[in-house]
Amino acid sequence: MSMTQHAAPAVTTPPAPGAKQTDGRTRERPLLLRLLARPEVGVFLGAVAVFVFFLIAAPSLRQGSSMATVLYQASTIGIMALPVALLMIGGEFDLSAGVAVITSALTAAMLSYQLTLNVWMGVIVALVVSLAVGAFNGWMLVKTGLPSFLVTLGTFLILQGINLAVTKLVTGNVATDDISNMDGFDQARALFASSFDVGGVQVKITVVWWLVFAALATWVLLRTKYGNWIFAVGGNKDSARAVGVPVKFTKITLFMLVGFGAWFVGMHQLFSFNTVQSGEGVGQELIYIAAAVIGGCLLTGGYGSAIGPVFGAFMFGMVQQGIVYAGWNPDWFKAFLGVMLLGAVLINLWVQRTATRR
Amino acid sequence: MTTTHGAVLPDTAPQQDGALVELRNAGKSYGNIRALHGVDLAVHPGKVTCVLGDNGAGKSTLIKIISGLHQHTEGEFLVDGEPVRFSTPREALDKGIAAVYQDLATVPLMPVWRNFFLGSELTKGPWPVRRLDIARMKQTADEELRAMGIVLDDLEQPIGTLSGGQRQCVAIARAVHFGARVLILDEPTAALGVKQSGVVLKYIAAARDRGLGVIFITHNPHHAYMVGDHFSVLRLGTLELSADRSEVSLEELTNHMAGGAELAALKHELAQVRGVDVEELPEEEDLTAPVKTSPAPPAYPASPEGTS
Ligand SMILES: Nc1ncnc2c1ncn2[C@@H]1O[C@H](COP(=O)(O)OP(=O)(O)OP(=O)(O)O)[C@@H](O)[C@H]1O
Ligand SMILES: [Mg+2]
Repeated sequence: MSMTQHAAPAVTTPPAPGAKQTDGRTRERPLLLRLLARPEVGVFLGAVAVFVFFLIAAPSLRQGSSMATVLYQASTIGIMALPVALLMIGGEFDLSAGVAVITSALTAAMLSYQLTLNVWMGVIVALVVSLAVGAFNGWMLVKTGLPSFLVTLGTFLILQGINLAVTKLVTGNVATDDISNMDGFDQARALFASSFDVGGVQVKITVVWWLVFAALATWVLLRTKYGNWIFAVGGNKDSARAVGVPVKFTKITLFMLVGFGAWFVGMHQLFSFNTVQSGEGVGQELIYIAAAVIGGCLLTGGYGSAIGPVFGAFMFGMVQQGIVYAGWNPDWFKAFLGVMLLGAVLINLWVQRTATRR
Repeated sequence: MTTTHGAVLPDTAPQQDGALVELRNAGKSYGNIRALHGVDLAVHPGKVTCVLGDNGAGKSTLIKIISGLHQHTEGEFLVDGEPVRFSTPREALDKGIAAVYQDLATVPLMPVWRNFFLGSELTKGPWPVRRLDIARMKQTADEELRAMGIVLDDLEQPIGTLSGGQRQCVAIARAVHFGARVLILDEPTAALGVKQSGVVLKYIAAARDRGLGVIFITHNPHHAYMVGDHFSVLRLGTLELSADRSEVSLEELTNHMAGGAELAALKHELAQVRGVDVEELPEEEDLTAPVKTSPAPPAYPASPEGTS
């Protein structure tokens, strides 16, 4: 830039020969401290601790098949935790995420069964519906300026009601009819709910999808414009707008991404159980949010990663299955959850203070 | 008057009709607060328009209309002679209008280099794999900051960990880098040291020499007079003075800003208070003394900036 050439000669002091000029006041921070300041490191250590703990407490967990179950459990939470985490980094959260999964599954199930269509029709319409629900959430948020808590609480209640009422209306029942004999079912099942063999252990395909989505989310977050915008709208949306970031677009598409996740998990549930219970999904949204927070995402936005929630979801799966394999009362799960969440929040707080220490 | 103003390029002679940005009788109300009313302002290529005025006079409101952050509620706003109404700052940026806001518009938890390019990221590669060109962005940000005399050890550090002045430098360097036609600076020197203030004034002069239109908001009439071609003084949301450099002296400008009588009264009042050295306050001669040629601003102990 010509600008630089104008001003540079007069103001830049000659750099020390050879070495890159630094202002020399900051000591290199110890590697460990710099590592700890990464959003996913705390949860990684936590996941390792939980892993080791349950390997010792529950010997039967050491088998490959048990591990596959843990990973499967983790993946069903983890796939949703990813978009929920991105949304959280973008400064919002979505209380309707849990019931939206069921809405999507119900849509696909009822549409294909009641109209006797190929299940793929149902799958595609369900995707459109899920994206529309996300877009509605985002649109309401940017139009009204209300906090996402209120907007999505509204959607949560609406969807919960619709799920129950419409299912009752259409099927006369609380669950949808079995769609396993419909056209296209096997194909769809292969995509959303099949298993494959790894050295004699059956691994669910959702585990693969989970890791693929996590890699994609990480790349988007750290290496693309859109990822930059996510951090910016969550960190300070007024500043982001002032420098030309399309804040509304970013927020709406983030909600639509959650819609996509809800669709994917909904399809998985539909094609692994063949029917959907219309009253399910309530409370799951908090599990997703907890996985994202445990994964190092700041509830107030602007900070976090996509890898963190992967470890967060893994911790969930590990604890949930670990308690079962250790032969404990499964009621302990929620208590464990609470402890993990509080621990994560405290670590987050500390990390944020260290990272912004002046 | 010999100032940094020195080398005016021949092709930047006054062009009265070729205004880049123009406000005609413009105003802005925030609900029932009328922050701005009946303001005329024109920004010409290769000219520096200074906007001065008390706290709350409406200076920031004025430039927020031009930069697309707010919309005017009265009058007209023209860019290149066409009436416009920006709904987002993106539209202003696309027309080459970049601003440094008083609150700096940075995202504290994001690294310095990401803040620098926020909203105008450099990318490489074809669409599905189009990604940030991180190396180029870091290098550019580093060069631009070094040119301002700011040397950072680590561009990865969150911008929230920088000092106020360093953050201001990042915001200025960013606007200078992206402002293709009009550069708006809202009190850019408020938190800066003498050296960096000098650099900012030089930047303003350099941008002007490149043919950009500059809007420079400041509380410091000395800074304004060093680089300004036109001076607009706002008072309570209306124009109190709008004059070309040839029509107004530094002394008059200062008087318009503070009100000469008020300043004298203030000096009198302060004289009653023990411990305040009245000799340090500017006398008439100080105000009329020729402005020094040094790029660094003369350190007037009681420059009005201190009151902001
Ligand atoms: N977002 C807003 N909502 C309501 N009123 C506002 C808003 N922004 C500014 N105002 C009002 O408009 C008036 C002018 O404010 P403005 O920020 O333009 O002043 P300024 O000249 O930039 O002052 P300063 O020198 O302190 O920066 C003030 O009275 C202020 O209270
Ligand atoms: Mg202001």
